[in-house]
Amino acid sequence: MLITCPYCGPRDVVEFTYQGDGNRERPDPASQNFEAWNAYVYDRLNPAGDHNEIWQHSGGCRAHLRVVRNTLTHEILSVAFMRSTHTSTARRKAEDKS
Amino acid sequence: MMAEYSAFSLLANALKGNKDWKPAWRKPDPKASYDVIIIGGGGHGLATAYYLAKEHGITNVAVLEKGWLGSGNVGRNTTAVRSNYLLPANTRFYEHSMKMWENLSHELNYNVMFSQRGCLNLAHTPAQFDDYARRGNAMRHLGVDAELMTPAQIKRLIPALDISDSARFPVVGGLMQRRAGTARHDAVAWGYARGADRRGVDIIENCEVTGFLRDGDRVTGVTTSRGDIRAKKVAVTVAGSTGRVVQLAGVETMPIESHVLQAFVTESLKPFIDTVVTFGMGHFYMSQSDKGGLIYGGDIDGYNSYAQRGNLPIVDEVMSEMLALFPGLARVRMLRSWGGVCDMSMDGSPIITTGPLPGMYLNCGWCYGGFKATPASGWCFAWTIAKDQPHEFNAPFTLDRFHRGLVIDDKGQGANPRLH
Repeated sequence: MLITCPYCGPRDVVEFTYQGDGNRERPDPASQNFEAWNAYVYDRLNPAGDHNEIWQHSGGCRAHLRVVRNTLTHEILSVAFMRSTHTSTARRKAEDKS
Repeated sequence: MMAEYSAFSLLANALKGNKDWKPAWRKPDPKASYDVIIIGGGGHGLATAYYLAKEHGITNVAVLEKGWLGSGNVGRNTTAVRSNYLLPANTRFYEHSMKMWENLSHELNYNVMFSQRGCLNLAHTPAQFDDYARRGNAMRHLGVDAELMTPAQIKRLIPALDISDSARFPVVGGLMQRRAGTARHDAVAWGYARGADRRGVDIIENCEVTGFLRDGDRVTGVTTSRGDIRAKKVAVTVAGSTGRVVQLAGVETMPIESHVLQAFVTESLKPFIDTVVTFGMGHFYMSQSDKGGLIYGGDIDGYNSYAQRGNLPIVDEVMSEMLALFPGLARVRMLRSWGGVCDMSMDGSPIITTGPLPGMYLNCGWCYGGFKATPASGWCFAWTIAKDQPHEFNAPFTLDRFHRGLVIDDKGQGANPRLH
């Protein structure tokens, strides 16, 4: 499995750490809505098909990435920086390159 | 009833030219309705059908299998059977299963080749050895056999194991369950299938469930690739496909992620190891089949997958772990590798329950340890379906335990399914 890091380019999956399901929405830290917290911690969509995921390029630029990957074929459909407002050096350099 | 398979029937059929053997199960067409439909013709589904018929007299049952019988995880696991858990809910359940294994070949009149060759967990630090002592004591407290072993005893048991001080992770001891072992996984599926079939259960292969029939909230049957089938009760035993199947019933989320686990077998060797051994400084386990191949595996790949195949990094990792324990295997060739989809639950423990909808029953969350649970899982699930309430052995394994703070997390990993 190759993941194309927006900054580093295509790299082998061993350089990345899977951070899990990217569909979950973390409640506001001050929230006392236990049902929302329980859902965030325990409930998963677990689709057979396209899956929103969070990966970290831990063996590279260390950026957190939002990846769409097919769980039936392992095909990577898209990779983006985690935050659209990412202002790290990595992102600026990626933009300079493009 | 005279046993269908016996020395006498073998001789009688041999004299008659082996013309009179019946197929182990029929190939019936689905009827319009049943008392109980079981979705999934793997070990757990077939065992459930068998115990529904045998223990509860419910024989108007269909087992619907998308592929062929036993094509999923019951034919893909590494066949280890053990009951060496820490927490009482798990220990009681898996020990019940172990006791059923000990009589299973007689029960089914089918040789499942259950071999109580022991399962040894290796410890590589004094702290880990202490932790094993704690788990061993917890097991013995509940009547399960467990014994601590010294490196010298381990060396006598497994001569090929590197227990030298120069090993990457020197062995400081181990926890042995002598009654643990292995069984022939296909025979378990076939034995349960024949037992259920002979009691009237319809096993319907190549029949994919495509949806659920509903009357309001209540599930009243299924739509399949072979037509609609109605039932008073619909039970789901589909392991790694649980998410896909319950979504057909409108249940969007589950406390489960599907992950791929790979397994491997080497070319046949002369007798090399006569127990099941597990590595304590990684995730690796190995035993030897009666054909001589070393059967081994390690961790799941670590990302969501329904693919029934994995990637190379975990292959590399598993081989490294094997060589850390057994340097002498460096030039043995791997014959085959494969993958199975595991239903990883949020606490590492299974779910055997009524629901989540009226008329529906759920059996899932086996992570990668479902094979050893097969007899007790079927037995408890049949009880739950027949009586609409759980047996005390599966009462803790509810679906709502996660939201109620009643998780059964044997490894203490938290809600991170890829770590269980």
